Amino acid sequence: MNKKTAHELNNLLVNKKISSVELTKAVLDRIDKTEGKVQAYVTVTREDALKQAKAADSRISELPDTRIPLLTGIPIAIKDNMCTKGVLTTCSSKILANYIPPYNATVVEKIKAAGAVIVGKANMDEFAMGSSTENSGLHPTYNPWDLERVPGGSSGGSAAAVAANECILATGSDTGGSIRQPASFCGVVGFKPTYGRVSRYGLIAFASSLDQIGPLTKDVTDTAILMNVLVGYDPKDSTSVNQPVPDYQKALIDNVKNLKIGYIKELLGQGIDQEVKASIEQAMKKLEELGAKLIEVSMPSFEHAVATYYLIAPAEASSNLARYDGVKFGHRSKEAKDLLTMYYNTRREGFGAEVKRRIMLGTYALSAGYYDAYYLKALKVRTLIKQDFDRAFMKYDVLLSPTAPSIAFKFGEKTADPLAMYISDIATIPINLAGLPAISLPCGFSKKAPIGLQIIGRAFDEETVLRAAFTYEQNTDWHKQIPEL
Amino acid sequence: MAITKKDVEHVAKLARLGLSEEEIELFTRQLSAILDFAGSLQKLDTKNILPTSHAIPMKNVLREDKVVTCQNTEDILANAPAEEDHMFRVPRIIE
Amino acid sequence: MSYETVIGLETHAQLATESKMFCGCPTKFGAKPNTNICPVCTGQPGVLPVTNKKAIELAIKTAIALNCKIEPQSVFARKNYFYPDLPKGYQVSQYELPLATNGHLEIEVGGNIRKIGIIRVHLEEDAGKSIHQGAGRILGSASSLIDYNRTGTPLIEIVSEPDIRSPKEAAVFMQALANLLQYIGVCDAKMEEGSLRCDANLSVRERGSSEFGVRTELKNMNSFKAVEKALLFEEKRHTEVLADGGKISQETRFFDDTTNTTHGMRGKEEAHDYRYFPEPDLVPVAPDKKWVEAIRSALGELPEERKNRFIANHRLSSNDAFLLISQRATADFFEECVILLNKPKIIANWILGDLQAYLNARNLTIKQANFSPVQLVELIQLIDKGTISGKIAKTVLIKVLETGNSVKDVIAESGMTQMSDEGTLVKIVQSVLAANPKQVEQYKAGKTTIIAFLVGQVMKETKGRANPGLANKILKQELDT
Ligand SMILES: [Zn+2]
Repeated sequence: MNKKTAHELNNLLVNKKISSVELTKAVLDRIDKTEGKVQAYVTVTREDALKQAKAADSRISELPDTRIPLLTGIPIAIKDNMCTKGVLTTCSSKILANYIPPYNATVVEKIKAAGAVIVGKANMDEFAMGSSTENSGLHPTYNPWDLERVPGGSSGGSAAAVAANECILATGSDTGGSIRQPASFCGVVGFKPTYGRVSRYGLIAFASSLDQIGPLTKDVTDTAILMNVLVGYDPKDSTSVNQPVPDYQKALIDNVKNLKIGYIKELLGQGIDQEVKASIEQAMKKLEELGAKLIEVSMPSFEHAVATYYLIAPAEASSNLARYDGVKFGHRSKEAKDLLTMYYNTRREGFGAEVKRRIMLGTYALSAGYYDAYYLKALKVRTLIKQDFDRAFMKYDVLLSPTAPSIAFKFGEKTADPLAMYISDIATIPINLAGLPAISLPCGFSKKAPIGLQIIGRAFDEETVLRAAFTYEQNTDWHKQIPEL
Repeated sequence: MAITKKDVEHVAKLARLGLSEEEIELFTRQLSAILDFAGSLQKLDTKNILPTSHAIPMKNVLREDKVVTCQNTEDILANAPAEEDHMFRVPRIIE
Repeated sequence: MSYETVIGLETHAQLATESKMFCGCPTKFGAKPNTNICPVCTGQPGVLPVTNKKAIELAIKTAIALNCKIEPQSVFARKNYFYPDLPKGYQVSQYELPLATNGHLEIEVGGNIRKIGIIRVHLEEDAGKSIHQGAGRILGSASSLIDYNRTGTPLIEIVSEPDIRSPKEAAVFMQALANLLQYIGVCDAKMEEGSLRCDANLSVRERGSSEFGVRTELKNMNSFKAVEKALLFEEKRHTEVLADGGKISQETRFFDDTTNTTHGMRGKEEAHDYRYFPEPDLVPVAPDKKWVEAIRSALGELPEERKNRFIANHRLSSNDAFLLISQRATADFFEECVILLNKPKIIANWILGDLQAYLNARNLTIKQANFSPVQLVELIQLIDKGTISGKIAKTVLIKVLETGNSVKDVIAESGMTQMSDEGTLVKIVQSVLAANPKQVEQYKAGKTTIIAFLVGQVMKETKGRANPGLANKILKQELDT
């Protein structure tokens, strides 16, 4: 039953065909069985989960069927960069290896209030910096479709856990593609909402102006259901948008007739694997058959997106990560004879190579004499990228591209050359720079590894993205494929 | 733009990052490559372009001046690597 | 050669809000260490700031009172540096786009009005406090303890133009600024308690030169006196070095109030690189006209305006008017009295004299004292009627302040009404004359001024209750017959 989706399981739970305790046990059993191969979790909260499941069961028996929240009793994994009060939250970093947050992230509060059962904290690239989860300071996570391949990142643990049926759904965070790219690599659905839709309060910051929380699920319907729980204005987050939120399940309409879809020329040319390109073109054909209008669109500023991102994100990160200094929480070096020595050694021992690299890069980009040439320049190019989207959305309802230029790569393939790893984020990064909503959903396989289709929407128009994705999903079978483990 | 070993050492100091000799060498090379790549932005004409700090523009997000007492101060202190007299202890400060 | 001193001041004032700048923790003083803290102000991973509206309003209020231009949009920025009392590793401040710019404050020095320019007013958050163990200060201490209670308290920074020309002027400027901030209710402005802090920079140049000399920055001045003393020392040091043909090096120096000297830090200062950039967790502050106007009208008459009105309408000396307006409650008290009794000069004398002395001695404000304008006016009217003497009135005032009883009750209880009954006084006068034959002799020999001594004796006998005029008259009658 752990292979089912949340909306299928809700039906079984409400009709008392199964109990949440049974379901949660099934998920925990699955974790026991496959976690040795996948290593999706940093922490499994076994006892807590069973307690929550019991509470969910009594809620189900007490409430009238129509008043039971859809996620009641459904096991969920939380990316380990979202604070859970009293439960270890490491950000997959040695520097936070012992950190017990004194508070819950807003999304965690919402998930608990919705009755979902938190089964554990999912592994990730340290501080969400990476595209393969190889940068986890604790352990790697393996792609359930091919254990020699990476699950993508940074939400690699979340995506792998969903794909391996080690949970029913999961949360991820997306700064430059960290939900969508692992969703693509693991053959699941991943959605990054518009910046400001979901509260960032309690999300351990990587790059504050780009970070956004979203769902990783087995199908688009579950994405809409989890979106309904996650979104909403939060007075604790100044960048959270005070706007009414629609019911995203109502956006699940199997119809794309006359929908104007722009496919991005720059993301279907050079640097894209032939098999990925072929799958995307097939998906385009499918959408056309279903009545959508597909037109090529050029986004000339995209060639600068990676450079822009890799100045802005590290700059913000260099400041966000200054608080890990051994004074208030987390790791403190034993070599700390004076304050400066403590700083240097704590941060040397606590941070991994990629985190150090980005702190260095960001510090440099902000430092005296370089601010205008690098950081300010990047903010201006960010405007150009936004303008490209504004122009495109005057003509098209949604935009389309592959989520990643390739299928999941093998371990170690890109670790030696950070720049090559950065460039592989080309399709997802521009969306974060513009703050837009975008989904990745399965659209094919190559060498038995999944391929992801990305659909991008206007700011706050998550509904059209979900509608296009839902229609595609309803008329294909890719999302029903399950990896053998 | 090539950056030097000295630049890397200076930046590491600003960021309070202890780096090994190998890391300094490695970062000198890698950061040079990345900054070279980022140098492509210089070609773009952005003379009349305003910078974007927030993708979704907003203003005046304010809260009322109301005291909300935190119930978890002890949990905050419990994370202290070194505590004394209800304070966070740090080793001696030499400027 | 003649030198001119150039001084600029950078003032930090804690804003009088209930809660902190970006979280709901109380700003109250004196709590047990690390009890007024929360995840936000201790920089826990994942927390976000939300700006206190009152802090913005108080800053706008200050900017208006300092005749500044309120900028249509101001932006918070992160000032990045590592220090244990700064939990996030950066201070949220304002940098490129401050809240307000380009104002001035008028001060009075030696009877001259001086207009001191204000470059900018901006908002920021305070840091925590470090307690250095094993020594009174950083150097030599074995370890330090950090208390984050103060972290995140809202501050405004007020930066003056280098328009100040003497240490005395600097002290007057600080006092005037403190009075203003207190008056408009923005800050209690107590330098000794740290709610008002000031750094100064000073340079000296040849008189007539338009270029600035090399400046030094002064820190650790914890009172208005200290500001003046530190600057005096530094002015003298600069002048002597320059007169000797030497050079001043640009540096930060600390004031030592035990020796009244300043000293630089040993060794080389590391050049700061704060890597300011716009705070991505906060959005711009863009006060619209309506909001600013509402704050402006709630502000009412500014102290400067009120002072001028006191001088013009009540014919007060500029000094008295200045003292009255230096605290809003005092000025209010004065005005309420004048409405009841149109004797502004006498009222001002009472307020600035005995009343203020009583309050100062007990560290009270006029509001905290159990005393109303009606009571002061009643007291003055009783003197006018001759019911009590001016001297007795002073005693009555203290009794009223101490007990909280009414003026009438205090007078009745202690029988302090003035003795104006001639028959009783004649008897007392006669006994005084009998007891002081020497003085009587002197009077008769022509030294008539001795009568003042004899009046004094009568007052002593009557415990001050005798009507002094009447006593004088009766004494003369008795002596001259
Ligand atoms: Zn707080």
